[in-house]
Amino acid sequence: MITSFLLKSFDRTIVIAVAIILGLALIVPALNLLTSPEHPLHVPTYLVSLFGKYLTYALLALALDLVWGFCGILSLGHAAFFALGGYAMGMYLMRQIGARGSYGNPLLPDFMVFLNWKELPWFWYGFDMFWFAALMVVLVPGLLAFVFGWFAFRSRVNGVYLSIITQAMTFALLLAFFRNDMGFGGNNGLTDFKDILGFNIQADGTRAALFAASAVALAASLILTSGMVRSKYGKILVGVRDAESRTRFLGYRVEHFKLFAFTVSAMMAGVAGALYVPQVGIINPGEFDPANSIEVVIWTAVGGRGTLIGPIIGAVLVNGGKSVFTAAFPEFWLFALGGLFVLVTLFLPKGIVGTVQAWRAKRKDYRKAAADEAARGQSVAKPVAAE
Amino acid sequence: MNEKKPTSLLYLDGVSVSFDGFKALNSLSFVIEPGELRAIIGPNGAGKTTMMDIITGKTRPDSGEVFFKGDIDLTRRDEAEIAQLGIGRKFQKPTVFESHTVWDNLELSLNRKRGVFATLFYRMTAEDNARIEEILSTVRLSNRKNDLAASLSHGQKQWLEIGMLLAQEPELLLVDEPVAGMTDAETAETAVLLKEIAKTRSVVVVEHDIGFIRELGVKVTCLAEGSVLAEGSIDFVSADQKVIENYLGR
Repeated sequence: MITSFLLKSFDRTIVIAVAIILGLALIVPALNLLTSPEHPLHVPTYLVSLFGKYLTYALLALALDLVWGFCGILSLGHAAFFALGGYAMGMYLMRQIGARGSYGNPLLPDFMVFLNWKELPWFWYGFDMFWFAALMVVLVPGLLAFVFGWFAFRSRVNGVYLSIITQAMTFALLLAFFRNDMGFGGNNGLTDFKDILGFNIQADGTRAALFAASAVALAASLILTSGMVRSKYGKILVGVRDAESRTRFLGYRVEHFKLFAFTVSAMMAGVAGALYVPQVGIINPGEFDPANSIEVVIWTAVGGRGTLIGPIIGAVLVNGGKSVFTAAFPEFWLFALGGLFVLVTLFLPKGIVGTVQAWRAKRKDYRKAAADEAARGQSVAKPVAAE
Repeated sequence: MNEKKPTSLLYLDGVSVSFDGFKALNSLSFVIEPGELRAIIGPNGAGKTTMMDIITGKTRPDSGEVFFKGDIDLTRRDEAEIAQLGIGRKFQKPTVFESHTVWDNLELSLNRKRGVFATLFYRMTAEDNARIEEILSTVRLSNRKNDLAASLSHGQKQWLEIGMLLAQEPELLLVDEPVAGMTDAETAETAVLLKEIAKTRSVVVVEHDIGFIRELGVKVTCLAEGSVLAEGSIDFVSADQKVIENYLGR
């Protein structure tokens, strides 16, 4: 059952994409660790972390594509799931600091000592164990998405109204996490991490391993989502997107289908956030900013929604562009981003990958028509030759 | 009327519903027998679509009873549940999954387990395959099976939607204006198709086209202002003074 599900997920494009991503997971760390800094192919550590960050963004965009591209749920709050996954990882990393913090408290993170707290809040228990934190990375975003989706989809909140309440959700979390007494470090967030699973978080080897882990997570999620959208379940999801009432009158419980996709998507976003935090070294409430969620929508739209590969390409391209652009003309980046969104909406409504796919399909049709034409020409020509 | 309840397939009694004070249905009552093909006519705003909304669970009535197969109370169930009980509905505007192929449209409509995990791990069986081919030939779309539904003509989309309802294997089929926007040839073919379908299940057709109803040659119910005005053969109904005043005369 599981194997047939996985086999179905592979078509040529997905196989190539997974191969490239896994290839990168091997080659980039190798070029970073095994070559000397003078070597022409050497990849400096800061680039490894930068591209590792892009991969986590790509995973976030892929998660959004599952709900937006295939089910028509335009979530403007996906960065919230990303940030929650990030906070779960951040809490683990804080507890790893132990007595090495500025205040030297073996149990309490620095900000708690600073706030004069005497004991660890209950919701910080367990985060000293990696397996527990890893579980929370998927469970917390998943649970929030499940509860939120349960009410939203059951009440049949659709379209722009749903987008607005997802935006409100991330904004509410932003405000909550800004508060010092929430116990998540207030507006400074969680930072000054020392090590992860016993390895120094600043070391080249750890950075390379985090890059590889991000690539593997992205590849695995691509296989999972591909399997989902190619199954009958995925076809129904697209049916919900295109003609929700038809799906309902065929006897499908539309809210269950949406809820499952939304929850899986939130869990993927949580994993992305958890891989993001150790690579950038900080998580703060700014990650809940509604603008972040909107940026994810732009990456997905630029790459091509409903294509799986597109959001990955879009996330890497837009963020690569952002890194270059903000270094060169920092004050113009937002104009460039806005302009990009307008241009893509007007001229590439299917995004980069969608446009290429449409173009290839057209060329295939054209070739087929030409081949038919040629075949007909021959069959006419033959009797003439016989005469 | 109560003694009819156990044997009838669909039983509506005293169904009323109002939207913002407007009485869309006003104590509507009628009965559909198993295997019956029934046409429903009436002027715009007579409550035809509201009636379908109530039977399929989209709208809850303010008062009145709706029973399916004798004792299943439809007013307490939602659309998905009612569809699974065996009531199929065709919309006025053809509604198919445009970005799926004709084949996929039918695959999704097949009366199989409809849960999230059942569909996630679904595999096409030989039996399902044969059933889809059979429906394709019934609705005359075998040669278009690998094309996207979006590329079908208006008439073909109507047939595809009828095919999807057949795949659902309903006992009662509600069909809203099946021949709107069709050519005369397509209309005639649709009449043949519906009569063929009605051999194995009950069909309720809402239609404006009197010619088409004559072609069907079935019992007609005329609705006006949310209740039944007249019921009988098309000749009987169209001779009725009230029907002429309310509908035909206009």
